[in-house]
Amino acid sequence: MELLQVLAQQEPGELAEGLTAVGRGIVYGAAAIGPGIGIGIVVGNAITAMARQPESAGMVRTTMFLGIAFTEALALFGFVLSFIVAG
Amino acid sequence: MPAMPTLALEFPPVSHVTEWPSIFGGDGPLAVNKVVILMWVSAALVFGLFFVASRRRKLVPTGVQNFAESIWDFVRDGVVMQTMGPEGLKFMPLLVMMFCFIFVTNIWEIIPAAQMPVNARIALPAFMAVLVWVIFNIMGVAKQGLFGYLKSVCFPPGVPKALYILVTPIEFVSTFIVRPLSLSVRLFANMLAGHLLLVSFIVITAALFTPGPGLVIWPFSFALLVGLTGFEVLVAVLQAFIFTILTAVYIAGAMHPEH
Repeated sequence: MELLQVLAQQEPGELAEGLTAVGRGIVYGAAAIGPGIGIGIVVGNAITAMARQPESAGMVRTTMFLGIAFTEALALFGFVLSFIVAG
Repeated sequence: MPAMPTLALEFPPVSHVTEWPSIFGGDGPLAVNKVVILMWVSAALVFGLFFVASRRRKLVPTGVQNFAESIWDFVRDGVVMQTMGPEGLKFMPLLVMMFCFIFVTNIWEIIPAAQMPVNARIALPAFMAVLVWVIFNIMGVAKQGLFGYLKSVCFPPGVPKALYILVTPIEFVSTFIVRPLSLSVRLFANMLAGHLLLVSFIVITAALFTPGPGLVIWPFSFALLVGLTGFEVLVAVLQAFIFTILTAVYIAGAMHPEH
């Protein structure tokens, strides 16, 4: 690590700061993968249902937002955690 | 975290765009800053809207009354009837107030000179989530009795007996701990993310508006900023709607155990 710092001509603290920033990025990025897929599945199936039965679109839309809200919560936890990650 | 210069841009750290100096009341927990004042103004606006709308009620509504009744109809048809059924109508005042108040506190995000969603600080979402937690637990205990309510939460029917070892702790934690947590964090994180998004694009747009090669891409940045502002209106409505509908779902679930 010391060699790396010499090569990059950095102050000792800068490396930790940079790695923290990378960590924040990884925390949010990793947390967004699953919910991203999940919201895709929820909305995709809701569109299928609405296309098959347009008369039930209102009910499907309400349930879809509920499903999105539950799925999205995990990504948002990641978003908040990325600020909490010690800097 | 100090400001990070990225491509010669000075991005303000998160604390600079969410923390406001105290206006009066000292620096302690009773400090009154811009966020608190916006919250008071929101409460006064929502109260004023419904006060004015209900003062001289007419059978055929006009003006303000028409507007208030269309909000009422939206919450009744879009939230209560879809999740709680006719017996949920007694919760209409709570849900309509919740919807309007969250929407107004969110929409400050894009109002010039305010530019700060009250819900981007976790205090208000956390308080409202605790309020919802208390209400749905009280309704569950009142409708099913304390042990009946705990039994219906922790031991959902239709699960093989052996699986209760796994299901009971999960259901208990998800109902009593994760529900208020996710309810508050959802609203808070959505508004904070939207606020940071707008701040980022405002910083970029302002930095590009100088003579130089950056001026070529300035219109795109500006157009995206305008588009995102419109998107944030959508988010403000959607988050108010989702908070309200989840409140309705939680209360309905506590009143009627799954069969």
